Amino acid sequence: MQELPFLSLVIWTPILGGVWILLASGARNAPSSRSIALLVSLVTFALSLPLWSQFETGTHAMQFQEKSLWIDAFAIYYHLGVDGISMPLIILTTFTTVLVVLAGWEVIQYKPDQYMAAFLVLEGLMIGAFSALDAMLFYVFWEALLIPMFLIIGVWGGPQRIYATVKFFLYTFFGSVFMLVALIYLYRQAGTFSILAMHDLPIGLHAQVLIFFAFLVAFAVKVPMWPVHTWLPDAHVEAPTGGSVILAAVMLKLGAYGFLRFSLPITPDASHALDWLMIALSLIAIVYIGFVALVQPDMKKLIAYSSIAHMGFATLGFFIAFRIMAAGDLDGAILGVEGGIVQLVSHGFISGALFLCVGVMYDRMHSRMIADYGGVVNRMPVFAAFMMLFALANSGLPGTSGFVGEFMVILSSFKTNFWIAFLAATTLVLGAAYSLWMYKRVIYGSVANEQVAALDDIGMRETFVLGALAAAVLLLGVWPAPLLEVMGATVEHLLAQMTTSKL
Amino acid sequence: MSFTTPDMAPATPELFLLAAACAVLVADVYVPQRLRMLTYHLAQFSLVIAAGLCLALLPETPQVTFNGTFVADAMGALLKVFILLATYFAFFYSKIYLRDRGLFKGEYFVLGLFAVLGMMVLVSAGSLLTVYLGLELLSLSLYAMVAMNRTSITASEAAMKYFVLGALASGVLLYGMSMIYGATGTLDLAAIRGHVAGLDGRNMVLILGLVFVIVGIAFKLGAVPFHMWVPDVYEGAPTSVTLFIGSAPKIAAFGMLMRLLVDGLPGLHGDWTGMLIILSVLSMGVGNIIAIAQTNLKRMLAYSTIAHVGFLFLGIIAGSEAGYSASMFYIIVYAFMSMGGFAMIVVLGGAESEADRIVDFKGLNDRNPWYAFLMLILMLSMAGVPPFLGFWAKWSVLREVVASGMTWLAVVAVIFSIIGLFYYLRVIRMMYFEKVEQPAPLSVGADMRIMVSANALAILALGVYPSGLLALCVSALAG
Repeated sequence: MQELPFLSLVIWTPILGGVWILLASGARNAPSSRSIALLVSLVTFALSLPLWSQFETGTHAMQFQEKSLWIDAFAIYYHLGVDGISMPLIILTTFTTVLVVLAGWEVIQYKPDQYMAAFLVLEGLMIGAFSALDAMLFYVFWEALLIPMFLIIGVWGGPQRIYATVKFFLYTFFGSVFMLVALIYLYRQAGTFSILAMHDLPIGLHAQVLIFFAFLVAFAVKVPMWPVHTWLPDAHVEAPTGGSVILAAVMLKLGAYGFLRFSLPITPDASHALDWLMIALSLIAIVYIGFVALVQPDMKKLIAYSSIAHMGFATLGFFIAFRIMAAGDLDGAILGVEGGIVQLVSHGFISGALFLCVGVMYDRMHSRMIADYGGVVNRMPVFAAFMMLFALANSGLPGTSGFVGEFMVILSSFKTNFWIAFLAATTLVLGAAYSLWMYKRVIYGSVANEQVAALDDIGMRETFVLGALAAAVLLLGVWPAPLLEVMGATVEHLLAQMTTSKL
Repeated sequence: MSFTTPDMAPATPELFLLAAACAVLVADVYVPQRLRMLTYHLAQFSLVIAAGLCLALLPETPQVTFNGTFVADAMGALLKVFILLATYFAFFYSKIYLRDRGLFKGEYFVLGLFAVLGMMVLVSAGSLLTVYLGLELLSLSLYAMVAMNRTSITASEAAMKYFVLGALASGVLLYGMSMIYGATGTLDLAAIRGHVAGLDGRNMVLILGLVFVIVGIAFKLGAVPFHMWVPDVYEGAPTSVTLFIGSAPKIAAFGMLMRLLVDGLPGLHGDWTGMLIILSVLSMGVGNIIAIAQTNLKRMLAYSTIAHVGFLFLGIIAGSEAGYSASMFYIIVYAFMSMGGFAMIVVLGGAESEADRIVDFKGLNDRNPWYAFLMLILMLSMAGVPPFLGFWAKWSVLREVVASGMTWLAVVAVIFSIIGLFYYLRVIRMMYFEKVEQPAPLSVGADMRIMVSANALAILALGVYPSGLLALCVSALAG
C-alpha cells in the first residue's frame, strides 16, 4: 500500500494553507497572500496527482483508504477513500482552484488575504466531501463548505450580493437538514455511519421512498434541478468570477456526486420506482431551462442557466439507466451513467472557462450585459479565439469534451425511448443557439462603443489560465478513454447495486 | 425521631462556597475602593477551589445525605463543574464591563456567588424542598443583580418584571409541589418515585401537580408560552448580567428538570412527554420566528434562547439515558455559545455606549477581522452549522429523537432551525458584507482578547473534535 495518506494531505494542505494566509497577513515582511495561495494550491494539485497515477483501474473497491476513530461515543469515523467516480472530481477540484487563484490575482483588491484563504479552505472542504466514506464526516464537510462560499459571494460579489448569498445559504441548508434526518435514520437501522455499510442495508420500500426524497431535496438543490434551481442564477451573477467558477465547476458536482454515492446505491428500489420523476425533471432542465437561457440579457446568467441544462444531462444519464437495464441492456446503462459522469467533468472545464471569459471582459468593462458589447474580436483576437472554443464546446461540438458526455447520454436514451432521446437531443440545437448567439453578439460585429474600442487583449496570466482549460477541454474531447477506464469498474459495480433489490 | 449529625462530606463544595461567599462579603466591607479588585479575585478564587472540590470528590456511586434531601452524583458533579466554569467566564466578562461603566461593586460578585450556591443546591436536590430552596436562592440573587444599575430605567423595569413574573412562577411551582406532596405524602424525590411506581391507574391530583411543576420549570427556562419575561429582562439588564443569566442558570435549570421529572416522576413519563412536546415545538417556532424581527442583538439572542430551550426539551422527550445526556450536552454547549455572544457585545461596547444593536456590528470585518471571525464562529455554531460545536449539540438531540421513533419531531425541529439560520446570518452579513464609512479600530484589553478568543475557539476546536465532551456527558448519566 501507499505510505503517504494522500487524501488527508489533499484535504488539509489547503485548509492549513488558508489559516497560514490569515495569520501571515497581519505580520510584517510576510510574503503576499497571493503568492502563498498560489504555492499552496500548486502543492495541493501536485499532491492530488498520485491519486490518479497510483489508482488501480480494475477494481471498484475504495482506494487510498484511511480510517480512524473520530467520535467514539457515536461510532463516527474519520474514514476516507476514493473510487473511480470521486477521484476524477477531486483532481478537477485541485486543478480548478489553481486557476481560480490565478484569476483573482489582480482583480481582488479588497482583503485579498481573506479571499485567497476562503478559496483554499473551500477547496479542502470540497475534497473532504468527495472523499468521505463516513456519512457524518461527509455531512460535516458538505455543510461546512457553505461558509466560505457564503462569504465569497457576500464580500466580493456584485450589487445584489447579499440577497444572492443569503438565498444560496438558506436553499442549500434547507436541502441538507432533511438529508441529516435521513442519515440519522439510516444509522439507526445500520448501526453505523459507514456509507459502504449503508449500501448493503436492506430497507423497506416505504422507508426507501422517504429517504430518497430526503436525499433528493439535498442533492437537487445542489445540482440544481428544476424547480429548486432559482438560487443558482442569482448566486452566479453576483459572485466574483472565482466564486462562479468554483460554484459551477465543482460545487454543482457535489449534488450529482450525492446521487451516485447515496441515492442510487442506498435506495435503488425507490430510485427505480421514481425514475420517471427524475427523468422528467432532467428533461425539463434540459429543454425548458435551455429556452430560458436563450433570452438572458446577462452573460453570467446565460451561462448559469446553461449550467442547469447541462447538469440535467448528468442526472438524466444516471436515472435513465433503470429503464435500459429493464430492457436487459447492461452496456447501454453503463453508457448512460458514464456519460453522465463525463458530463460532470467536462461541464466543470467548460462552464469554469466560460465564467472566466466573462470575468476577463468584466474586469475591463465592468458590465456583464450582452448589449454593452459588440466587436470585441477587433480588439481582443486571442481572447476571442479562446472564447470561441469554449462556446462551441458548450454547444457540444465533436472534438471537445462537451460532445462526449452529451452524445453518450443521448445514445443510451435511444435504447429505451425515442422521445426521451429526442427531447434530450434538442439541447444540441438549443445549446448551440444560446452559446453561439451570445458569442456572436458579444464578439462579432463592429466595435460597439468607445469602451470596447479601448479594450486590451488578454495578458500572460489570463492566457495561461484559459489555455490550460482549453487544453483540458480538447484532451477530454478527443481522448476520453483514460477517464472512462478509471471509472469503468466503479460504474459497473454501481449498476450492480442499482439492480439488486434491497426490499 | 432522633437527630443524628448528617454526613457533610458529599456537600463539601457547597459548604465551602457558602463560607467563601460570606468571607468575600465581609472582606469587601473592609476593602478600600481602590483595592476593590481584590473582591473579584477572591470570588474567582473561590469558584476555582469549589470546582476543584467537585472534581476531587467526584462520587463513584450516588451519595444521599441530609435525610435524603441532598444527592451527590456524577451528573450533579459535572453540571456543577460547568456551572462554576461558566460563572468564572461570566465574572471575568463582568469585570471588564462593570469597570468600564463605573458599576464595579463588590456586591455584584457576592450576589453572584450566592446565585452559584443556589444553582449547586438545585442540581443536587433530593427533595422538593431542596429544589425550592436552591431555586429561590438563585432567583433572588439574580433579581438583585439585574437591578444593580440603579440609575438605568430599563434595568429597573427589567428587574421589576423579572421579580414579579419570577415570583409568580415560583408560586406556581410551589403549588404543584404541594399537590404532589398531597398525592404521595412525601417531599423526598426518591420516595415520590417509588410511590408513583406503585400506583395503578391515574391519580388526577398527581397529574395536576405535574402540570403546575412543568409550568414552573417552563417559566424558569423561558419556554413558550411562559417566555414573556425573557426578552425584556435580557434587553434591560446590564449586558454582564444578561450574560450570566443566559449561561450558568440555564445549566442549573436543566439540573432541576432532571431532578424533578426524570429522578422524581419517571412514572409519569407518558404524561410529561406530551406536555414537553407542545412546549418544545412552540418554543422552537415562536423563538425562531420572532427573533427574525429583532433589531436589538440582546433581544435577538433572548429569542434564540427560547428556541434553544425547545431543542433542549427534545432530548428529554426522547426519554432515554442517551437522550438525557444529549440534552445535557446541549445545555452546556449552549451556555458557552450564548456567553460568547454576549461577550462580543461587551467587546464592542465603549465606556459610554452599549453595542447591543445588530447594526453596531456593521463593518466589523473592516474594524477588526479577528473579532468578526470569532462572532462568525459563535453565530454559526448557534445556528447549528458544522463544524462548530453547536452542530453536534443539535445533532445529538436529533439523533435521540429519531431513535425514540419520533422522526416527525426531528423534521419539525430541523425546519425551525432553517428559519433560525436566517437571523444568525443577518449578524454575519452585518459584519462582513456591510461597510462603514470610517472603520474605527477596536480597543480591547489583552485579557479580554484572550478570554473571548478562548471561548470562541473552544467552540471551533471542540466542534472539530467533540469526542471528549460527548463522552463526558454520556458517562455522567450512565448507570
